[in-house]
Amino acid sequence: MLELKNIKKQFGGRTILDNFNMQVPDGQITAIVGPSGAGKTTLLRCISGLEKTNSGSFILDGKTFDPANNRDNDNVIGVVFQDFQLFPNLTVLDNITLAPQLVLKQSKAEAEKRAQELIDQLNLTGKESLYPYQLSGGQKQRVAIVRALAINPKILCYDEPTSALDPDLRQTVESIILSLKQDNMTQIVVTHDMQFAENIADQIVRVEPIKA
Amino acid sequence: MHYVSEILPSLLSGAWMTIKIFFWTLIASIPLGILASLGLTSRIAPLRWILKFYVWLMRGTPLLLQLIFVFYGLPIIGVIFQRYDAALFAFILNYTAYFAEIFRGGFQAIDQGQYESARVLRLTRAQTLRKIVIPQVVKIVVPSIGNETINLIKDSSLVYVIGLGDLLRAGNVATARDVTLLPLVLVGVIYLLMTAVATFVLRKVEQHYRSWR
Ligand SMILES: Nc1ncnc2c1ncn2[C@@H]1O[C@H](COP(=O)(O)OP(=O)(O)O)[C@@H](O)[C@H]1O
Ligand SMILES: [Mg+2]
Repeated sequence: MLELKNIKKQFGGRTILDNFNMQVPDGQITAIVGPSGAGKTTLLRCISGLEKTNSGSFILDGKTFDPANNRDNDNVIGVVFQDFQLFPNLTVLDNITLAPQLVLKQSKAEAEKRAQELIDQLNLTGKESLYPYQLSGGQKQRVAIVRALAINPKILCYDEPTSALDPDLRQTVESIILSLKQDNMTQIVVTHDMQFAENIADQIVRVEPIKA
Repeated sequence: MHYVSEILPSLLSGAWMTIKIFFWTLIASIPLGILASLGLTSRIAPLRWILKFYVWLMRGTPLLLQLIFVFYGLPIIGVIFQRYDAALFAFILNYTAYFAEIFRGGFQAIDQGQYESARVLRLTRAQTLRKIVIPQVVKIVVPSIGNETINLIKDSSLVYVIGLGDLLRAGNVATARDVTLLPLVLVGVIYLLMTAVATFVLRKVEQHYRSWR
């Protein structure tokens, strides 16, 4: 379980998160909702270590945890970015196997075997040697999910997973997230889409804008 | 035809000098340019200022002046270069500045999100540069680097001024001695051949990078 205690985040004196508390139970789906500009993305970036918090603490499985300086490969927070941020110079397969090889020191064969399982599971079979520009939005997102899963994260975070997709793909994202839950993946989903949050989440956490 | 085969050896030996200068300048300036471009975008302000000044100086003054300065100027303060070394030194200094500017633009075109997604995947800074950023930068800069490369072939004729026996000098010597235009025409043809080869190689490199966008 991940616990956030009294998290405070400011940008140049402007407070975005103040005394923010949250618990992310293992194997569950936590949705973070709130209006645009409330600080949802900022919260996700703090959890994934892309932003430093001003104060407060993170506790992962009972131990304090600093996402911004965490180099422990057993405690990875995976991220699926709103715009996916696939690497355009690498094929689908290389996008997925790069970090397992470089970071987890897996052999190429090992990394590709695991990647292939995930590729098949997320319905990307046959796309392995394509480059990101040759994929649809939904396919890019699934590659981003596989890439994040390939380094065995403790928690997988999504920022607005429905926003860059056609409305009829919302269903697909829902079922992917729910199927990963079946595999016991702990997931945090940021969204401004209340309906979507209610469809998938075990718990819904609100982030409200702070008046200056 | 007989005359052509008579002067060709001296022209080719001049062309060899031109190729050497071209080649070594390119080999040194591209990596140095990448390093300097990282310095130009560095968080260390004094480093940035120094490099900006250097680029400004190199791009704002003629290469011919820089060449003369290195070979005829520096000995006055006790720094003496051989002709060939002086030529390479000036060319590398000059082209590194141009390449640094080109690479700086390339690096700045890379989305910050690429660094962030590499970071959450736990890649180190060096791995991120090598596997993700530099390939994308190279793709962006290949056309501009190509232009500079073609320029470099022609610019190399400037070494004439410090008395180095390059292709242009070889042609000029033959023309003055034999009172015929033919050597200069041949010099032109050899330059065209060299630029054609460079253009061909650049097309190949561009094609290689066309498999992804
Ligand atoms: N790097 C930053 N520097 C300054 N302000 C920022 C930065 N990132 C986000 N903000 C501000 O923080 C607030 C919350 O942004 P964000 O977390 O993106 O909201 P949300 O994702 O809920 O729409 C916004 O007002 C935004 O302008
Ligand atoms: Mg957001």
